[in-house]
Amino acid sequence: MSGTFTHDFKTPAFKGKVSIPTGLFIGGKFVDGKKGETWDVINPTNGKKITSVASGTVEDVDYAVKVAQKAFDETWGLKCPGNQRSKYLNKIADLMEEHLDEFCALEALNTGKPFSWAKKGDMDMALDTFRYYAGWADKISGKVIETSEDKLSYTRHEPIGVVAQIIAWNFPIMLLAWKVAPALACGNVIILKPSEFTPLTALLFAKLANDAGVPPGVINIINGTGPKIAFTGSTLTGRKIMQSAGKSNLKNVTLELGGKSPNIIMDDADIDQAVDWTAHGVYWNMGQACCAGTRIFVHEKVYDQFLKKFTEKTKKVRMGDPFGDVDIGALVSNQQFERVLDYIDSGKKEGATVHLGGEALKKDGFWVEPTIFTDVTPDMKIVQEEIFGPVGVIIKFKDDEDAIRQANDTTYGLAAAVFSKNVDRALQTAHRLNAGTAWVNCVNQLHAQVPFGGFKQSGIGRELGEYALENYTAIKAVHVNFGHKI
Amino acid sequence: MASPVEISVAATGKKLTVPTGLFINNEFVPSVDSQEKIHCVNPATEETLCSVVADPTEPRTATFVGSRALNSVRMRAEWAGSELARRAAILARRSGSAKDIDVAVAAARKAFATTWGKNVTGLERSRLLNKLADLMERDAQQLAELESLNNGKPVKIARDFDIGDSVACLRYYAGFADKIVGQTIEVDNKTKVAFTRHDPIGVCGQIIPWNYPIQMWAWKVAPALACGCTIVMKPSEFTPLTALKLSELIVEAGFPPGVVNTIPSLGSVGGAALSSHMDVDKVAFTGSTVTGRKIMEAAAKSNIKKVSLELGGKSPQLIFESADLEEASKWAALGILYNTGQDCTAGSRVYVQESVYDAFLEKLVEKANALTIGHGFDEKSGGGPVVSKVQYDKIWSYIESGKQEGAKCILGGEKRSGKGYFVDPTIFTDVKPDMKIVKDEIFGPVLSVGRFKTEEEGIKLANDTSYGLGAGLHSNDASQCMRVSQALEAGTVWVNQYNLLYNNVPFGGKKQSGIGRELGSYALEEYTSVKAIHWNYGEKLDWPL
Repeated sequence: MSGTFTHDFKTPAFKGKVSIPTGLFIGGKFVDGKKGETWDVINPTNGKKITSVASGTVEDVDYAVKVAQKAFDETWGLKCPGNQRSKYLNKIADLMEEHLDEFCALEALNTGKPFSWAKKGDMDMALDTFRYYAGWADKISGKVIETSEDKLSYTRHEPIGVVAQIIAWNFPIMLLAWKVAPALACGNVIILKPSEFTPLTALLFAKLANDAGVPPGVINIINGTGPKIAFTGSTLTGRKIMQSAGKSNLKNVTLELGGKSPNIIMDDADIDQAVDWTAHGVYWNMGQACCAGTRIFVHEKVYDQFLKKFTEKTKKVRMGDPFGDVDIGALVSNQQFERVLDYIDSGKKEGATVHLGGEALKKDGFWVEPTIFTDVTPDMKIVQEEIFGPVGVIIKFKDDEDAIRQANDTTYGLAAAVFSKNVDRALQTAHRLNAGTAWVNCVNQLHAQVPFGGFKQSGIGRELGEYALENYTAIKAVHVNFGHKI
Repeated sequence: MASPVEISVAATGKKLTVPTGLFINNEFVPSVDSQEKIHCVNPATEETLCSVVADPTEPRTATFVGSRALNSVRMRAEWAGSELARRAAILARRSGSAKDIDVAVAAARKAFATTWGKNVTGLERSRLLNKLADLMERDAQQLAELESLNNGKPVKIARDFDIGDSVACLRYYAGFADKIVGQTIEVDNKTKVAFTRHDPIGVCGQIIPWNYPIQMWAWKVAPALACGCTIVMKPSEFTPLTALKLSELIVEAGFPPGVVNTIPSLGSVGGAALSSHMDVDKVAFTGSTVTGRKIMEAAAKSNIKKVSLELGGKSPQLIFESADLEEASKWAALGILYNTGQDCTAGSRVYVQESVYDAFLEKLVEKANALTIGHGFDEKSGGGPVVSKVQYDKIWSYIESGKQEGAKCILGGEKRSGKGYFVDPTIFTDVKPDMKIVKDEIFGPVLSVGRFKTEEEGIKLANDTSYGLGAGLHSNDASQCMRVSQALEAGTVWVNQYNLLYNNVPFGGKKQSGIGRELGSYALEEYTSVKAIHWNYGEKLDWPL
């Protein structure tokens, strides 16, 4: 029997005790890892240990796959009709909503993000996502395809089976929902690996999945360090995952990877609105968003005006205790903290101007000031690479062609945004940007119903919307001959 | 505000409350001007059921005691003369008028423009529909009892089938509410884009029949609400009680006022007013082909409102020699006897291949005999009485005509004595294509059995009808199954089964059995209107041309 972590929150945003099991979740039970390893979970606002959780190893994964396969064969998959799967998913959403504040409190404690944003952003979308896919569970349909009158050809969209899902630390519970909800709706069983940095909300989720009556083995959660295959994370890791899938059993892979998303401010944009959205684009979740709009292209006619207002806006961004009245909190981990500071250093060394910020706060925990670079050139690392911190670069452009060319000059293609009051110009630009998501006069808008995913090296496959079902179904074509003699 | 009445149900010792009045803007209100009365009758006892009146000056209490298990003739006779029966209030409910329809349509229009339609997200519509499903599930037993009292069908069937399927239907469409999607269409990749929006149609008149009062309510309400439409519902004058009860749940679930309105009314009054109304955008109807035709005419004469019709049938079942006769006979019995034959897909013509005719018929009679038609509160009952005196008389006139035209009645065909509109399973053989019992929809447990020699002849007999709702075939030859299923002219073809419907599979008629499809994603088309938006973002027009 594994342990329990209880935390008594006494914060302005939330007061109360939250208890979660700390074991691995396999076959509906919380258990210690076979090797008994544990992993310390750190509070990013002060660098101190919150608790330790069981850390799985290859042996645990092997065991979980067996348990999951059994559930797939016996109680889930084709053995559980869609309207039943729908009920379970809706029930999970209802229970999560009942425990809404507990999720937000754990998320704020573990990731350093503001409680308020965990609530109106992460959890709101997680609930929508579960409910949205609950609706899909009984609507998985194939096609009947006309070939000839003496033949019937039809397709069945069957669940794939055991799916491994590896999620990132920036939106732990929301990304869990993005992965788990469509996979379950389609009838798959799951081995989920949360990030080792942020395992807590997944454990609360596991407890509620049991309360919802989801059959044992359908959802299994293994915390741990190594990436042991739906995946959200860095492109580097994504590449490794794809390699190992290729080397092993050619499992299907979907990857939602990094980005260096451009944000184009035309001279005819509503500048005040563009400034507000741009700030959201760079600083939301401390810049730890894969779609963060970190390359800000501003037309030369409005460059000075934009920069002035954007600077004022950035100065007003409130950073502090996630449970207080703030806009942003701490970076998630020491590793990430050092990585962001390294990039800021490299920007300085390569000759960019630190227009604002550029320093770590002198206190415990992983705090970096919102930072604006100007005078950058296309070859600088801070312009090319994903920083995953509150760091934006501002680039001046002369004409639309130039802006679009520079915006597309990246190996990434996750998202892009354009601001203009001229709809012709906005649409022309949006259509020419090489990205899986193009925002017009907004950024970072995500909906459970609308697909999300990357062009180029930002990923393979699409999450959310009807499109995500494709990641979790295997299509079988059935040919029935009722007259063709050979 | 009209008050509810209480009905005491002796079989359970409990009381059911039924709201009175017309349901408009989430309130039960009296009629504006109607003096017309609707009598709600318990078809098992022929007693008028209850008073649920729109006029608040009318008496408001009723005692309903006909729910005792009154299966035997003796018991029914006792019941008819009892003190309880004398005490049963013989009251009626007022019928909504054309003016009431005007008020309800105005309420629905206002809700569509302000609190529903495009003013609310699909997620919210989904949430409310799921909530409604939960409430219906919670009240399943109570609703089933009320359905049984008013319609006659067994409580267990109402609860486990009608209501069970209805709850699932609401949940199914709850899932669609946030999945109404248009298309984007590439026109010219550099200067133009076109896209479609599937807008809610608007105010929908929905007219539902008395054979499945709750289930037809769910089939209509669920997709309409999922798409964002508002509703004026007209339940059958024979069975308005559960629609009123469900209206209470609409309020409890939290739907804004005016989204669903319920006007119990005669078809010739409320139904006619809805289908000819200039501010109703769509009328959906389930019922007879005669009435469907009138509705379509009224729609054409008024505002060309969109029409979907789910009408009658005279559905055939073909039994081929390779069929598993044991199984086929069970499905055939289910086909004609489910809901005492009051089913638009009732498999009322069974054609059997000659080589297995005798063997099949023997099994079929055995299966039909095994069904108990009795009182709705009796656990043994697999079917109840038919719904009304009108229906009872109509069925018996068909049985008489069958006998007169020379068909051979091999089962049933004898009236029971005593109270209640009971019709026992009736099977005719030696039928000819021109007999009324072969051509007309009877809507009772009356089956015509014919025979055929070849597959071709069987198909020809099956398709020899102006209807095209359902059809069944039973065969163990896969190639034959495919050939025949393609040749049968019907909106639904069952292979080696019959009468089973699923919420995610479309249902509707070919030929004169209807227009449009209910259930499945197809039903969404009935409640959306597609708008194509053409957007030019680059082409400069050369003018003059």
